[in-house]
Amino acid sequence: MANGILATDPNRVSFYEYEGKHKGILSWLLSTDHKRIGLLYLISLLAFFAVGVTLGFLMRLEMISPGPTIMAPNTYNSVFTLHGVIMVFLFILPGLPAIFGNFFLPIQIGARDVAFPRINLLSWYLYLIGGVLAIVSLFTGGGIMDTGWTFYVPYSIRTTSNISLSVFAAFVLGFSSILTAVNFITTAHRMRAPGMTFFRMPLFVWALYSTAWIQLLATPILGITLLLIIAERMLGVGIFDPNLGGDPILYQHMFWIYSHPAVYIMAIPAFGVVSEIIPTFSKKNIFGYTPVAISSLAIAFVGYLVWGHHMFSSGISDISRLIFSLLTFLVAIPTGVKVFNWVATMYKGSITVKTPMLFVLFFIVIFSIGGLTGLVLGAINTDIHVTDTYFVVGHFHYVMFGSMGILLFAGLHYWFPKMFGRMYHEKMAQVSAWIFFVGFNLLYFPMFIMGYLGMPRRYYDYLPEFTTYHVIATVGSWIMITGMIIMFANLIRSLYTGAKATENPWGGTTLEWKIPSPPPLENFREIPVITEGPYEHHFNKEENT
Amino acid sequence: MSNDSTDVTIAKSESHSHVHRDDAGSKMGMWLFLFTEVLLFGGMFLAYATYRFMYPQDFVNAALRLDPILGAVNTVILLTSSLSVVLSITALQKNKKNLSLVYLSITMLLALTFLVIKYFEWSHKFELGIYPKGPALESFAQGGKLFFGLYYLMTGLHGLHVVIGMTFIGFMMYFISKNKQTAHNHQRTENAGLYWHLVDLIWIFLFPLFYLVH
Repeated sequence: MANGILATDPNRVSFYEYEGKHKGILSWLLSTDHKRIGLLYLISLLAFFAVGVTLGFLMRLEMISPGPTIMAPNTYNSVFTLHGVIMVFLFILPGLPAIFGNFFLPIQIGARDVAFPRINLLSWYLYLIGGVLAIVSLFTGGGIMDTGWTFYVPYSIRTTSNISLSVFAAFVLGFSSILTAVNFITTAHRMRAPGMTFFRMPLFVWALYSTAWIQLLATPILGITLLLIIAERMLGVGIFDPNLGGDPILYQHMFWIYSHPAVYIMAIPAFGVVSEIIPTFSKKNIFGYTPVAISSLAIAFVGYLVWGHHMFSSGISDISRLIFSLLTFLVAIPTGVKVFNWVATMYKGSITVKTPMLFVLFFIVIFSIGGLTGLVLGAINTDIHVTDTYFVVGHFHYVMFGSMGILLFAGLHYWFPKMFGRMYHEKMAQVSAWIFFVGFNLLYFPMFIMGYLGMPRRYYDYLPEFTTYHVIATVGSWIMITGMIIMFANLIRSLYTGAKATENPWGGTTLEWKIPSPPPLENFREIPVITEGPYEHHFNKEENT
Repeated sequence: MSNDSTDVTIAKSESHSHVHRDDAGSKMGMWLFLFTEVLLFGGMFLAYATYRFMYPQDFVNAALRLDPILGAVNTVILLTSSLSVVLSITALQKNKKNLSLVYLSITMLLALTFLVIKYFEWSHKFELGIYPKGPALESFAQGGKLFFGLYYLMTGLHGLHVVIGMTFIGFMMYFISKNKQTAHNHQRTENAGLYWHLVDLIWIFLFPLFYLVH
């Protein structure tokens, strides 16, 4: 183990112990250290995640039987809108780049920090301001937004609920996301350690880099679209309202020009986490490094051009539908490249199924189901049958929660020793992961069936024949939430009672495993010089992991 | 035993991110940010293109209400202001601090003139009742209403960018006068200049799309 050089240096305390200009809570709130900012994001994201989960839990409880159960119809509309807005804009979108990207991007490329540390802190504040504005919008103006997270016009222009402020909150969040993207792209270009060529970067960095480009190129379109909604509501300028000559379809285009690439903003970093975990726990170099790296860029590029498939039943021309359908299927190619390379990496590897690896295996199962049902939605004729049904709800929970959510959990366990300097309790983590997995499938799989049978999404009430499916899904939500509670309780307990983590508990090969856990303030005492690819395992040497 | 980190040879390096200055990185970050600005306006240009395609004749009729002379004057003003930014940066590079400040003041003055002209243009339209929900605009055809809706939003957003750009330049004037931006350390001023050129560039597209439609 390379434990000597860096860890024993008394001048380098961990970034937790380092005393800068500010003390106490200010040493966090004013810190420009990428690791502290990553942890700030972790805490704030998990807080919003908890709120989103609670709202989802309430929705499922309402749906356990037909008719009113625990809330009124209007409340239900607000609850699903909030659930969507919080989960999408405050949790999944910033998600992995904000937490693990901030913490590990500089370390993985051998840098001391990101290119613009102060802008990095600013982006966290913008995130927080966006979150606070979203919360304020609930209690002011005309009441809680009830449009769904898509803010479709003309309803979003006519509803009396407090759309303008909510939409402005999303705009601020977008700005935060753009600044992170500028920062990451510049960091990847300018801050790599000597010898770290682009094709020696870890695949998580490739994923972050590709994601940053989509964030950069797509988010401004959302920004202007949201500003236009505000302008319509407050100034009465007609851009999208058909009464004023506008075109609601144009709104849908502009919304999805951002919001479809946003799906890849959520998914690509998750793929990056998979590409880190599989080689580590298979003790093998990744199979097909270059294709996996390039496929991130390819997904980013093709994913930018498929937004029209959200509008197959909105009234766009047949030719556009054909083109968008074709492009949608093309995304399956780079995604398939990734999945096959991951599986090939495991082939003849020496696999240890620790919790991070277990989550990755769950991910491959769940994401495959999500991906295949995505093909049902990408084909025009089957899509028309299931548009706006629970089938869609099932599909995007399988792909979104199934990728970003599950791999957040995987990453949390994988990098837990590095971030906090302690090991988590393995057995309890595995138990919670299994409970989570069972609950997840019980919750979301029945949605495919009832959606196919015609259960519309966002409905407050339903016909009695759907009761069985709704009951299964609701019970599934209880099991899944139990799994998550056990998981987080276990992680929190491990912060205090876990064994001290060594520098490299998993036998990982990327740079973060060559510095102490937790890392010192400036990561590296000396900037490393890189002479080979990121996943070279050396077996003829003594391994004590 | 040789250790795991055979692939990492420790080398001496002077780079230290917290004190280290990376002008090329700073410029790159600025360019990336400018991309996002272009795309922000791109969304509005998309809306413009859609509605001009839907209502070509209404757009022509509505455009007749704008004064191309004032638009042209403003175009010249903004182009000149970009020139003075360039001259200012060159002066700074040649260590002519005061000349650099003079050029930036000219830019500020021109930017202000641009905004004043814009103010008179807008208020004249308001007097005629041409504003969203205004009496005259209500009588316009659908395409005309959209034209002026877009006109106010796009020139308004552009105006906001002029103000932001002026703020940047104001800060740079302060930094130059305090010797924080010098011949050897002028990347921030260059970035402010880049931003100003973008503001200029967007206007170059707005001018023909609104004033010269026929």
